[in-house]
Amino acid sequence: MGDLIGKSVKRVEDNRFLKGEGKYTDDFNMQHQTFAVYVRSPHAHANLVSVDISAAKAMDGVITVFTGKDIKDAGIVGSICGWQVDFKNGDTMKEPGHPILAFDKVRHVGDAVALVIAEDLGTAVDAASAVEVNYEVLDAIVDPKAAVLDGAPQVHDDVPNNTIFDWELGNKEETDAAFENAHHITELSYHNQKIVPNAIEPRAALAHFDSNDDKYTLYTTSQNPHLARLIIAAFVLSIPEHKLRVIAPDVGGGFGSKIFTYNDECGVLWASKQIGRPVKWTADRTEAFLTDCHGRDHVTDAKLALDAEGNITGLRTKTYASLGAYLSNFSTCIPTWLHGTLMQGLYTTPAVHVDVTGVVTNTVPVDAVRGAGRPEASFCVERLVETAAREIGMDPAEFRLKNFIPPFDGVEQEGYQTQVALQYDSGNYEGALKKVLKNANYEKLKEERAAARSDGKLMGIGFSTYVEACGIAPSAVVGSLGARAGLFECAEVRVHPTGSITVFTGSHSHGQGHETTFAQLVSDKLGISTDMVEISHGDTNNIPFGMGTYGSRSLAVCGSAIMKSVDKVKEKGARIAAHKLECNPEDLEFANGSWNVKGTEKSVGFGDVALTAYVPHDYPENEEPGLDFASFYDPTNFVYPFGAHICVVEIDKDTGEVKIVRYIAVDDAGNIINPMIVEGQVHGGIAHGIGQALYEGSCSMMIPVNC
Amino acid sequence: MKVSMKVNGTAYEHDVEPRTLLVQHLRENIGLTGTHVGCDTSSCGACTIIVNGETVKSCTLLAVQCEGAEIKTIEGMATNGELHPIQESFKEKHGLQCGFCTPGMVMSSWQLLDRNPKPSEHEIRHAIEGNFCRCTGYHNIVKAVQDAATKL
Repeated sequence: MGDLIGKSVKRVEDNRFLKGEGKYTDDFNMQHQTFAVYVRSPHAHANLVSVDISAAKAMDGVITVFTGKDIKDAGIVGSICGWQVDFKNGDTMKEPGHPILAFDKVRHVGDAVALVIAEDLGTAVDAASAVEVNYEVLDAIVDPKAAVLDGAPQVHDDVPNNTIFDWELGNKEETDAAFENAHHITELSYHNQKIVPNAIEPRAALAHFDSNDDKYTLYTTSQNPHLARLIIAAFVLSIPEHKLRVIAPDVGGGFGSKIFTYNDECGVLWASKQIGRPVKWTADRTEAFLTDCHGRDHVTDAKLALDAEGNITGLRTKTYASLGAYLSNFSTCIPTWLHGTLMQGLYTTPAVHVDVTGVVTNTVPVDAVRGAGRPEASFCVERLVETAAREIGMDPAEFRLKNFIPPFDGVEQEGYQTQVALQYDSGNYEGALKKVLKNANYEKLKEERAAARSDGKLMGIGFSTYVEACGIAPSAVVGSLGARAGLFECAEVRVHPTGSITVFTGSHSHGQGHETTFAQLVSDKLGISTDMVEISHGDTNNIPFGMGTYGSRSLAVCGSAIMKSVDKVKEKGARIAAHKLECNPEDLEFANGSWNVKGTEKSVGFGDVALTAYVPHDYPENEEPGLDFASFYDPTNFVYPFGAHICVVEIDKDTGEVKIVRYIAVDDAGNIINPMIVEGQVHGGIAHGIGQALYEGSCSMMIPVNC
Repeated sequence: MKVSMKVNGTAYEHDVEPRTLLVQHLRENIGLTGTHVGCDTSSCGACTIIVNGETVKSCTLLAVQCEGAEIKTIEGMATNGELHPIQESFKEKHGLQCGFCTPGMVMSSWQLLDRNPKPSEHEIRHAIEGNFCRCTGYHNIVKAVQDAATKL
């Protein structure tokens, strides 16, 4: 208790995970439950000529089979897009529908065409294979740049040239001028490949409709159960929101892919009412590849302008961003507001222009995956900077230091206003780079590289520096940019009569360790043991309306909501303590779990005050009983962590095998609650990045990369 | 078909469909849900358990192939609620985040340390290459196994 901030407290959630006693969605079962299997398209693009379910329906143990016609006749629409990004000319963004089951054509491999429900999983699988679907295969389009061309296959009839929006940010005229006057121009064209999120736990749902009180219950693999409830209730199935309970229990990794409300889970919930029994569905890994939203898939032309002294004078990009076959919940904001706004990078570039065309293709829908738009921006800016430095013969570290925004603390110096809408709160980019150079012993590394090369070996030193907009997000700001949701967070701090505490958070933990770090926060501020604090999340029946976990927001936004509630507990507690101590609240100071009368030995403990709040026999006048506060926190700005990484690589000349010899990272994460957990997050992020750089990618399209 | 096996010291007998996978049997018939299913291709290792002293991916065996087998799952690792030293080391070194791959990772680590009490880092990485983790980047998992090796 006390002094817990900055301590590597071991995680309280670990015991149940290590004993195999975590409870993930597929671990739950209900009496009389049935099993669902989706029949999915093997084609990227095809007309649905017929879907014959007669043989499947006739099988023993099959309860029913639904097709797209059933869903359409029921008037059910699919999941929705939660962010409007309009065309440059003011035309409204195109929003093609996403039926839960396809009824006219299929638009990507994995598009669902039928839902089979049976008494057991084996029967459901057998019946799914007995559904006869007659497809008329059409030409498919998978290349986002080619998708906009006249004559390209059209994914949706109501989306001409497959274009959902075109969008720009920055100053085009000034950027054009910078390039006209440039001494040197660096150009890159590349495909930031489509990646598959691949949380190890596949998505799953267990749905139940109780006809006695018209209530639905959905256990599901979600990073944000309230958002799922809102989308399903208000937009997909038209259920009064209080009649739907969404429970996201332990979740086996998300990486963004479990933010979204997918049609599959909606279909299972709808089906549970139709058949009057619980329905369970768990994706297999193949389905995860084919239906979890993918990430990235940007085809980009990028340019950097330099003057004769090596100063960056302009940056321009043109990106064709695939959104996949349908618009997922946040698909449209990822390549725009979460990507274009980071194109300033860490540099003083005075003119920046970002142009993005969002297109549909015959591929799995694309949305947020680890970093979501911001890694795409960092990749673009850093590849340009690295390449430019090499082209003009300057050390890449020196080139960065020359062009970095000078340090600003956001207090004495103002935040840094970028050319692309954001105002960075504080930053010391040269500090981070100099530190990583020192940690890596860069001068020695260069000598080693020179020696290796003279021996005929391939050794390289790669840099990446970054700044990210995290702590998503100020609601009014994102609302003005097209978001159809607020992005606040909530936390209720409920002090029990005996002084222990349950904290209910809208943030959901699926690996981040909230049950430990949030407890550290509360324990530290209230001076009580972490054993006395429990964090509860994931059940919409328990917690106030929260927006969930994504966009590196849990501590910055939910942590702030917790602190607001803790402050309210302390304020009310002080009034109760003052009554007990027969003084004024202003005469008290709170330390080590007690309110003390300043300058005296008189004090009353947190537990005494908690008990008094619930047994208010001798109690302040006009004070309500209880010690239980919920708070909503809406941030005023994003937060902007930054850092500098060095990767030392050797390549085997004969085999092409890449070996990472060293990886050195410096990250400014602000005030760290639990260093062990933060380091773990950094490890995981680096591994995910290395995965994309060296190993991963959806192979629907491979475009040669020239950078 | 009838199948009997001993799991974590308790004998079970069930009548199962012949195609029932061992992992399904453990999770659905015996009710031990600590063994997870992360893939359908025997790639991820989340379902790793110990059958007759050998680690196996329980999605690659049929339940009926394990007639008479002695099986140990993650639920059998702790003793009277106290973590096994390997489990302790995973906690101590922060070798888990979301926890989904963890049961399989612990079982593979057990097999390694049973066969090779003092493995090198390379041997540890080789031993767990059949177990995927998406959260940790493996760094702390390797440290956890190294730590466990000092305790066993």
